[in-house]
Amino acid sequence: MKLPLRRLAARPWIWSYLGALVVWLIAITFTHGHGAGGMLTAALALCVFTVIAGLAQMFVVTLGPGNVDLSLPANIGLSSAVAMTVMNGSESMIAAGLLAALACGMATGVANFLLIWALRIPPIIATLSASFILQSIDISYGRGLQIKPPPGFANFTSVQIFGVPVLAVLTVVLASAAALILQRTLYGRSVLAIGQNLRAARFAGLPVEWTRMITYALSGTLGGLDGTLLAGYFRGANIDIGDEYLLSSIAVVVIGGTSVAGGRANVAGVWGAALFLVLLLTMLNTLGVGVGVRLLMTGLIIVGVVAAAGSQTGNRVSGTG
Amino acid sequence: MLERGYRRLLRAVLPALALLLVLLAIAVFNSRAISYFGFTLMLNLAIPIALATIAQMFVIAGNDLDLSIGSFVGFVSCVGVTWLRDVPPIGIAILIASIVIYASLGALIYLRAIPSIIVTLGMSFVWQGLAILVLPSPGGATPDWLASTMAYRPPWIPLPVLAALLIAVVAQFALMGTSYGTILRGSGGNAAAIARAGWSLLRSKMTLFALAALFGVLSGLALIGITTSGDANIGNGYTLLSIAGVILGGGEFFGGLVSPFGAVLGALTLTLAASSLLTFIHIPPDWQVGANGAILIVVLTARVLIERAELRR
Repeated sequence: MKLPLRRLAARPWIWSYLGALVVWLIAITFTHGHGAGGMLTAALALCVFTVIAGLAQMFVVTLGPGNVDLSLPANIGLSSAVAMTVMNGSESMIAAGLLAALACGMATGVANFLLIWALRIPPIIATLSASFILQSIDISYGRGLQIKPPPGFANFTSVQIFGVPVLAVLTVVLASAAALILQRTLYGRSVLAIGQNLRAARFAGLPVEWTRMITYALSGTLGGLDGTLLAGYFRGANIDIGDEYLLSSIAVVVIGGTSVAGGRANVAGVWGAALFLVLLLTMLNTLGVGVGVRLLMTGLIIVGVVAAAGSQTGNRVSGTG
Repeated sequence: MLERGYRRLLRAVLPALALLLVLLAIAVFNSRAISYFGFTLMLNLAIPIALATIAQMFVIAGNDLDLSIGSFVGFVSCVGVTWLRDVPPIGIAILIASIVIYASLGALIYLRAIPSIIVTLGMSFVWQGLAILVLPSPGGATPDWLASTMAYRPPWIPLPVLAALLIAVVAQFALMGTSYGTILRGSGGNAAAIARAGWSLLRSKMTLFALAALFGVLSGLALIGITTSGDANIGNGYTLLSIAGVILGGGEFFGGLVSPFGAVLGALTLTLAASSLLTFIHIPPDWQVGANGAILIVVLTARVLIERAELRR
């Protein structure tokens, strides 16, 4: 009995799936089994957006201590507005809108990196300043923007096959690709190496700055993708459409077993943690608690999980990475 | 050594210089604003922001970051307009309990070696949830003594200026003027050395977080003294403003390098630049947040340029 338990403990991300299972069971016990499948379908659909934001954050966090992308929410908000404006409700412009949003996100990521690199400031403050500016751009550009997504695109974001959202399947593919990139490509191995030991990576001749730039650009691009899909799913762009992904993107990375100290990432955990968080909200909604209790519980559980998981090395926010 | 001293002086002067620049710009665009009543109006909201910035500064001094200070200020405002007014002893007990919670968060972060950003990000939800439970919708009424304190108009010097000075002096003394303040900063500068010298890092972390909570409470109370009502979301913008203020004021994210005077100056600069100055030069309020970001980037650029120039000598 001891061995499997130890093996479990060595794979902290399994806990996130167990947690997801437990909250789902509590919820369906409460409804006496009604809507158990529907609950999963809805959770999978909402998970997609958390997973994409989480993958973006995961790459950045893996770069090492202090690396975090706080501009994701503002980036998602702005990208959603860009996508909707370019698409302008017409089916023929879907690809153009998506590309514009991806470019917008990528530009944000590159700008983030340039601030970090040129000003030698911690990524937290760089991405924070960038997000201030992005927010303003979004407020003045996206004000009163009430363009609906093209019907074809809106349908695509919510279409299901046998109760499984197609978008969720595609996101599993995306996550697998992310895992492959991280573990099997030169770029991915460089990210891990830099996260484990920046000096060693530099001495080994790895293109440290390039890798960091690509990572922030990748995070920004994924933010752009997330914004576009959100605008499709919620039938329109919105300034605060990405707000909740500040906490949840960081939370799923940590709960999913990615090391905050960098150098160790876990893609499967991002999915598990996203399922856990979304099902947790579903459960609290099913139990019929008010918004105050829901916020309170979400916060306590995140703090509790992080405290229980702990971290072996590199606590604190420090260094420019 | 001389060069380092020169650099340090320039860095210390930078926040004051930024504030002076903003004041100058305001004087050019609207000279009537540079008056007793002008400052009272323009800087009124700077008092709670300065207090929240000092709260953030204590946390940053220990190499941590508090992403929950904004919603904590919102929570305090909700308690202030309900329990503190209706049943003062319970209100005071709740506020003291919240300071104890903050201190235990410091302990948790230290003992479990977990990142403060995630713990405090989670706590921001906790405070907001509690705030909504205390005051489900914006409203309530400020205790009279608070409202009249904030409405006090001292002779000659406008209240916000006086308050800012007082806050800066108190925080400066606590962190720079006492021997335990040195230990607190040391816990951010070289934790191992402080521990080897026999000081408890657990205790210093708890003290820093308790001080942060204390100033957070003061910030929330000052805020409802001005607005005369409470709102769970009233302080949401304070989290980012306070971080920006500390950095603008010459603080560093690590190494226990912070400046209380600088932090207060940073808070004043952000308040003035983002609201008053933008209004005077007819820039729509949409750009207020963006202006904060831009100011931050400009000041940080100036800091880098100074350091590069000094290195070249």
